[in-house]
Amino acid sequence: MQRNPQLNAKGELQHLLSIEGLPREVLVQILDTAESFVGVTEREVKKVPLLRGKSVFNLFFEPSTRTRTTFEIAAKRLSADVINLNIAVSSQSKGESLLDTVANLSAMQADIFVVRHNSAGAPYLIARHVKPHEHVVNAGDGRHAHPTQGLLDLFTIRHYKKDFTRLTVAIVGDILHSRVARSLIHGLTTLGAPEVRVIGPQTLMPAGVEALGVRVFHDMRAGLKDCDVVVMLRLQNERMRGALLPSAQEFNKHYGLTGDKLDLARSDAIVMHPGPMNRGVEIDSTVADGPHSVILPQVTFGIAVRMAVMSIVAGN
Amino acid sequence: MKLHIKGGRVVDPASGRDAIGDVFVSDGRISDDFQKADRVIDAKGLVVAPGFIDLSARLREPGLEYKATLESEMDAAVAGGVTSLACPPDTDPPLDEPGLVDMLRRRAKALMRARVYPIGALTVKLKGEALTEMAELTEAGCVAFSQANMPLPDTQVLWRALQYAATFGFPVWLRVEDAWLAKGGVSHDGEVATRLGLPGIPAFAETIALGALLELVRATGARVHVCRLSTAGAIELVRRAKEERLPISCDVAIHHVHLCDMDLGYFDSQCRLVPPLRSQRDRDALARALADGVIDCLCSDHTPVDDDGKHLPFDEAEPGATGLELLLPLTLKWGEARKLPLAATLARITSEPARILGVASGRLAADAPGDLAIFDSKASLRVAPESLRSQGKNTPFLGYELAGRVRYTIVAGNVVYEA
Repeated sequence: MQRNPQLNAKGELQHLLSIEGLPREVLVQILDTAESFVGVTEREVKKVPLLRGKSVFNLFFEPSTRTRTTFEIAAKRLSADVINLNIAVSSQSKGESLLDTVANLSAMQADIFVVRHNSAGAPYLIARHVKPHEHVVNAGDGRHAHPTQGLLDLFTIRHYKKDFTRLTVAIVGDILHSRVARSLIHGLTTLGAPEVRVIGPQTLMPAGVEALGVRVFHDMRAGLKDCDVVVMLRLQNERMRGALLPSAQEFNKHYGLTGDKLDLARSDAIVMHPGPMNRGVEIDSTVADGPHSVILPQVTFGIAVRMAVMSIVAGN
Repeated sequence: MKLHIKGGRVVDPASGRDAIGDVFVSDGRISDDFQKADRVIDAKGLVVAPGFIDLSARLREPGLEYKATLESEMDAAVAGGVTSLACPPDTDPPLDEPGLVDMLRRRAKALMRARVYPIGALTVKLKGEALTEMAELTEAGCVAFSQANMPLPDTQVLWRALQYAATFGFPVWLRVEDAWLAKGGVSHDGEVATRLGLPGIPAFAETIALGALLELVRATGARVHVCRLSTAGAIELVRRAKEERLPISCDVAIHHVHLCDMDLGYFDSQCRLVPPLRSQRDRDALARALADGVIDCLCSDHTPVDDDGKHLPFDEAEPGATGLELLLPLTLKWGEARKLPLAATLARITSEPARILGVASGRLAADAPGDLAIFDSKASLRVAPESLRSQGKNTPFLGYELAGRVRYTIVAGNVVYEA
């Protein structure tokens, strides 16, 4: 097996490609650094000069609004120059290869590439070919990983629950296609959460998912029992009808988070969602807007977490 | 031309012979009649074996010359001791017309290197819809018919193709994979694919297709060679079918007896292969079944892919790896791991594929074709782009140090390679 491509020779974070394989200390360092940036985002002048003079290239090969925007805000608050490239509609459609695109941008003096791509592993390919002073941050690759989302989920859980070592966390819905679920699972198991559950129908469970260290539930009510944290996943429109699921309604009936299902979790449980939500499909509005929901704080924390990741990789 | 190969360790898997001795080749054939030779090769310390027979090597001609040319790949073949090879029909255009086959055979013959046995397309343009003119193609030189890696999801067409082939006794070579279950998949559907987020192909995509194929073999009596097995489940089906005496045989690629899905590491596109590398358990079962004879032979599944095809995210990368020059060392590595006698090891790339191909080579008996590979079983080869003659430099084995270097390759009594 090759050396972990995310870490430099000193074991420091060179790129952020996946939460899997990152040592506990690195995760804690990111979360602690993010903690210090939460204050910045609440100040009147919301900027620190850590990345002044550096260029952050947002390379989105797949459409995204929320993740791209929060990366942009995070980079700007670190005083970096931000260049947004929506590759889905530019060079790739002209037939330029991924590595050629990156080489060209590299010639424009990039420091950090924030990459979203529909192919699992694309950020690894880029990381193998960039110059030593350049850093790659994975903003979502296929079904594989979405590490900054995983980190902001971990940050949110730590913020409300403090200690991971007593928690029962349930992740509900389309685990099969979810990079968010994979990243969060690796983060939770690394930080010592004793019970991570995944809940969904067999059609939305990847093969051998237990090997990631989770318990599988097909009955949502059984799976939610005594949970401290409930993470709902987005169900993509195109998967609501077809060979995986008969209808959004039937999915909602069995796997949608309603008030009465949430009652089975602990009374102080928090409800999370990576967004954008399908109200009435995976989550009911009463829950999404209810007292257990921490969905909007997640978004705010997401900026601090992305500031932390970019400042740490740029400093290593 | 008379050749006298002196003092080597002569290994003939067909007869089981393994002893120090001489081999004489006269007028392109092995001969018992030792006369004055035109050339004497001192084979002391070397193994003298029948030339290797590879049941799957893509030469990329016609149409895909930017990936490799007949010339480059025939060089690679003889450098690897391969004296006969069967090439799948997935060229551009596919080998579905006698003219194309004839041209390929004549071009290959003119190069005077390895013998080339084209496999014709089973269906027109490999589309899985209409049968090709199999009799015409056989006359042009096709030795069997196949879909290469193209699917044949219409079981009606598959049934009719097998009936038609059985009528005339044409062998059909098929890879087994249910096209619907494999759709969109790029890796073995298991823990590794789950961790990497790669779309998977379940193992039962292979066993379901094989089960259907065996049922059709029972119904039609067609002679079928099952190509590139990848799962433990398929081995069991083949074992039972052979006990039942169905007319089937099968092979496995060199990659699949040595590697498994864990070797994907961090999305290594060198491991993007068809069929996908499967679990460790599958790999071990394949290596075992090749030793106990359920799997008949080993092939390189040589598929030259250029860097542009590999420097891509895993799911977009072009499947395939170069293999002709690695066939011997990887066969030796497998045989050593299974603690097999050298003759039994070499049988998988000589006498066994010869039997499936229906050719007289692959053995050292008197009057057999004078095709030989003379190699140093101890000398090692470091697999690197510059050490490969094939135009395809990509293989999961890059960087490996492998034992087994070919010193001489002889085809029809002519020394076509020496190093």
